[in-house]
Amino acid sequence: MRRLLLEGLLRRPLTEPLSPAEADETPALGAELAGAVRRKLGRSLAIRVVDAGSCNGCELEINALSNAFYDLERFGLHLVASPRHADVLLVTGPVTKNMAEALKRTYDAMPAPKWVVAAGDCALDGGCFAGSYAVLGGLQRLIPVDLQIPGCPPRPVDLLRSLVLLLEGG
Amino acid sequence: MNDILDKIDTDTAAFRTHALPDHIVTPGEWETAALALGKGAAELTALWASRRGVHMLLRAGGNLGLLTLETEDSFPSVGRHHAPAQRMERAIRDLHGLIPEGAPDTRPWLDHGRWGVSHPLGRPGPATEARYPFLPAEGESLHQVAVGPVHAGIIEPGHFRFTAQGETLVRLEARLGYAHKGIGALMRGASLTRGAAIAGRTSGDSTVAYAWAYAQAVEAALGARVPERALWLRALMAELERLANHLGDIGATCNDAGFAMMLAHCGVLRERVLRAADAAFGHRLMRDCVLPGGVSRDLDAAGHAAIAELVREIRARFPALVALYDTSPSLLDRTVGTGWLDPALAARFAAGGFVGRASRRAFDTRRDLAYAPYDRLRFEVPCREDGDVNARILIRIAEVGQTLDLIDQLLVNLPGGEASAPMPEGTPGHMGLGLVEGFRGDVLAWVEIGPGGTLAASHLRDPSWFQWPLVEAAIEGNIIADFPLCNKSFNCSYSGHDL
Ligand code: SF4
Repeated sequence: MRRLLLEGLLRRPLTEPLSPAEADETPALGAELAGAVRRKLGRSLAIRVVDAGSCNGCELEINALSNAFYDLERFGLHLVASPRHADVLLVTGPVTKNMAEALKRTYDAMPAPKWVVAAGDCALDGGCFAGSYAVLGGLQRLIPVDLQIPGCPPRPVDLLRSLVLLLEGG
Repeated sequence: MNDILDKIDTDTAAFRTHALPDHIVTPGEWETAALALGKGAAELTALWASRRGVHMLLRAGGNLGLLTLETEDSFPSVGRHHAPAQRMERAIRDLHGLIPEGAPDTRPWLDHGRWGVSHPLGRPGPATEARYPFLPAEGESLHQVAVGPVHAGIIEPGHFRFTAQGETLVRLEARLGYAHKGIGALMRGASLTRGAAIAGRTSGDSTVAYAWAYAQAVEAALGARVPERALWLRALMAELERLANHLGDIGATCNDAGFAMMLAHCGVLRERVLRAADAAFGHRLMRDCVLPGGVSRDLDAAGHAAIAELVREIRARFPALVALYDTSPSLLDRTVGTGWLDPALAARFAAGGFVGRASRRAFDTRRDLAYAPYDRLRFEVPCREDGDVNARILIRIAEVGQTLDLIDQLLVNLPGGEASAPMPEGTPGHMGLGLVEGFRGDVLAWVEIGPGGTLAASHLRDPSWFQWPLVEAAIEGNIIADFPLCNKSFNCSYSGHDL
């Protein structure tokens, strides 16, 4: 263990600077919204993730945000365990009917002000599961959505850019 | 009973290359098969329904047998004699409305009464009621803890009902189905291409395994020939997927024992695998990279080099992490003896993957129901008897080594030629089966071809169907606080199970 710890001290960090998005990739986010988040919450966001029936691909990439390369906490972004502590609800999956009530209750349990982010093509409009008897087909069918991050799944850097933009403004 | 066992007569070479024949059986023969399963004379590989009736896939050694009981309303319960079939029967009833007669558990499973419809794949009726009674637990000073479907961590949705005496668990009952997306209905009538996209989104962590199993099934049903190079590239992707999941989960399991350093280091290696996959095949999880007929993107020199470099990097860094695991008594104290899975149960449930192999069930689809190119590769299937969290971690550590060796062989001997071939016209009614060893175990796909290049019916069976019930057994007698650790050491798929 000692050797690994020592190496960790001596090696250069793996964490990468977040390069700005290409102009045409900038997520759809009104300057107004970004400003509002910053005004109300300052420089930190507590994020509660709910899987509303995803294939688990989106979760894998959200989990990757905590690895040494992306290290989302350096931007003041925290994944929290309770909706009561959260400013942002980050939702994945097409919103299955079996999960809709639990998701709505999670949203209701969050104190205002709060924002909702739909991550992945499924949360946008149901993705490849749209039209099934078992899904609502997109998060905005259940609760108002402030920001959408497309992709199947979105890459960690796209997730990170969008969340940082929400915090800092475009 | 021997008559039934004689029907397990399709050998590996036959179902790997040809449409899958089935045996039409009577209700009496169906029940005899269920009794044979209960006695352990054969293994239950899958149980599902279609418009024709119910289907049971049995395995004995390298042979498979598909039994079909044609019915429009009911069938003799298999779960009555063979417990592993129970949840599958409940799902058949929910989706198709076919009643398993004499079934010990008549509660719904995937249907939570929220679809606005019942039996969506059979004769649709009005929605069922949403009430769900959990199994009772009686005794002195018992209390219950309900967890989920929204969890504290970033995991998939499921509900767990713990009954505990003090800290010790006397019963865990899981309720699943929250991730049910109606995949069976979406596949029906879909084009073969759309079928591939949906199959690859059944369980995101196993997207290559699912897409490959689906492609195998379609190719077998159509009698298609796939270029040699495509098969090798599929195996390369499948091994990268295994590597990424094993590395990520070894770290995450140790993290659930409070040992965050393993997660940090394993997370770096996992990220490197995903980046190499991205460089080689254009997608970090290699989604939509396997298609019927071949693969969607050939490997170029840069991709080849990225994977070779990845193998070098992991070989250089991983041994120190294994040594860290082996020499940290505080960590071993949490993993050794925790979440013990009885080998007898692993055998009865035909538990696939590292869950089975950590509890004496030495089965690996790549070796025991071999498919190309694994029949030409050298690898070992690690197996242990101790069956606890530690055993499952050690099996996965050993499999990382095997996978690195396999990737070496695949890179060195990669044949030239095309990476995909056009598919022939299919014959409606032909059925095909695919079975691929994903990181979690055997992923099964069954398809029936419809008119004009569509799917008439399909069934995708995740290995988790046979592993979820074992989590409940393995947790008994452990403390509640060890549930995340035990659960992660199995890492069953919710989405793959709920469909
Ligand atoms: S967007 Fe893609 S990765 Fe995310 S849940 Fe949907 S299918 Fe899975």
